[in-house]
Amino acid sequence: MVIELKGVHKSFNEVSALSNVELSVPEGSITVLLGPNGAGKTTAIRVITGALNIDKGNVKVFGENPTSAAGESIRSNCGVVSAKPSLYDRLNGRDNLLYAAELYGLPKGLATTNRVNDAANQFGILESLEHQVGGYSTGMKTRLALARAILHKPDLLLLDEPTSGLDPVSAASVLEMIGEMTSNGQTVLMCTHLLLEAEGLADRIVVMEHGETIIQGDPKVLSTSFWPNPRVEITAQLGEDLDCLADYTGVVSYIRNDRTAKLELVNSSVISDIILELSKHNVRLDSVKPIEASLEELYFAIQDERKNLSKVSDPNDSSDDLNELVGI
Amino acid sequence: MGSKVQENEINWQRVKIVAKTDLKQLAQAKDFWMPMTILGSLFFIVIPTILLLLIVAIGNVDVVNKISDTLEVLPESATSQFRGTSPEGKTGYALSVFLLAPVAVIVPLTISTAVGATTIVGEREKGTGEFLAHSPASAREIYLGKLFASLVPGYLTVIVGFGIYSLIVNLLVGPSVGGWFFPTAQWWLMILWVLPPFLAICLSLVLRLSAVVSSTAAAQQASGLVSLPLIGIAYSQATGILFGAGYLPVYLGGIAWVIAIFSLRKGMKSVTRSRLLTIASGV
Repeated sequence: MVIELKGVHKSFNEVSALSNVELSVPEGSITVLLGPNGAGKTTAIRVITGALNIDKGNVKVFGENPTSAAGESIRSNCGVVSAKPSLYDRLNGRDNLLYAAELYGLPKGLATTNRVNDAANQFGILESLEHQVGGYSTGMKTRLALARAILHKPDLLLLDEPTSGLDPVSAASVLEMIGEMTSNGQTVLMCTHLLLEAEGLADRIVVMEHGETIIQGDPKVLSTSFWPNPRVEITAQLGEDLDCLADYTGVVSYIRNDRTAKLELVNSSVISDIILELSKHNVRLDSVKPIEASLEELYFAIQDERKNLSKVSDPNDSSDDLNELVGI
Repeated sequence: MGSKVQENEINWQRVKIVAKTDLKQLAQAKDFWMPMTILGSLFFIVIPTILLLLIVAIGNVDVVNKISDTLEVLPESATSQFRGTSPEGKTGYALSVFLLAPVAVIVPLTISTAVGATTIVGEREKGTGEFLAHSPASAREIYLGKLFASLVPGYLTVIVGFGIYSLIVNLLVGPSVGGWFFPTAQWWLMILWVLPPFLAICLSLVLRLSAVVSSTAAAQQASGLVSLPLIGIAYSQATGILFGAGYLPVYLGGIAWVIAIFSLRKGMKSVTRSRLLTIASGV
């Protein structure tokens, strides 16, 4: 594991920012920290780099404690993009990148100049490097911050809401770039409260709320835990024609909305049986599609399950119960 | 996990980079250095030139008499050092050494404390502290970089300001007092031995304030208080207390260096990574 947080607690005065946080990030993965504003995602990133000391628990990054003497080498191997790009507005883009290059120990000279140009080029900001950052748009600042984060070729990238304030096109392009990073062997931990961002990008999700990790794991595995049976969506020209499937053997649940029905099946072999059945009844089908739970569905299913569990048990233990429920 | 942070040895290259970048930003900040240049020009060039021209070159009798009366209050140890035979020469000498130069000491102090006061809280306010907090630079390296970035503009003002001031007073008053006279031996001692540690003491306190206060405005307000020791030095110089006391400036400088080193070491602990973060921006 590149990052391991065990039983981490952090409070600011009387306000608990992290409470018994458990988090693990495997090497070469994209892990997405999901949660609403104030969930503790930013604090988790600050704890990981050693920017904040914890009150209780254990933090290991590359196997070392980031607040020990090893912290310097850990931080040298991390690239961080904060929620606000934290750039020096009075300097131009190049000087911002050179400052980072020098702080992270890149040698002066042509090699670093080339590295700066390559990083800027990768995020489409090369032509604006000589302009003062104060005049950059939000999108340009984010791109520059991303270029700065990868400049020293870190093994771990910590991205805190990297698309905040970006237009949809820029956000999609930034997410695509993040997706490409792991192909170079880098590990990415990204925070977001936007579920759509994490969709298709996350190898692993960690759901946080009120400073606690509620659940974590591979989104597909988590989906299977919540919806163990295969699901299928069938659209017919006449919706009522599908109602014969409601009591069909192998159909666990049946919900129809107008011309489309959603079915939960005991196993995937039932799909061919029901199509045969429908053809026997001369039902004219428009489409038959497997349902894969979106991250949004999964997130809300987790929230619902948590609420149900907290009604029947101690609210503080509901995350443990939830992990037990999904077998983690 | 304990809360004690272990730090490695100081990487002076990083200290230099932090200081260099801060100075580069300062150079870009016309809204900062324009008023400071005007302030420096007033105290080192405009006021001395006008006053000394009135006394020495134009020989305004009224002005000379009024200032001569005022100079009577200086201790004998100071007045005995006056050079020149003519009233204009003596008055010009006294003004140059005991009145105008000590007042000008306040200029570098103002510049350094203004830079220092905003340096850490400014990073936090602008959100750039987050970048430093996640960087490999240690808190001590960041502190020292900020310290040098605050010291350099102030001390550069001392050198450039007093360089120009020396030229002006020597050209205007020198002919009346038998040649070039400024900086006097006492002033060399002041500039090279007494002023730097006092500037360092003030800055160590200002940086500590900058690390703990919540806003730049609060830091600037509070930094006014810690500049009192240097104003005291300027006052002592102006009243001749430091001049007439033999080795007192030497001892005073020595003590100030000890306090400065102690204060800087203590101040180093005031800057922590967490203090660079915008805690209020989100948990």
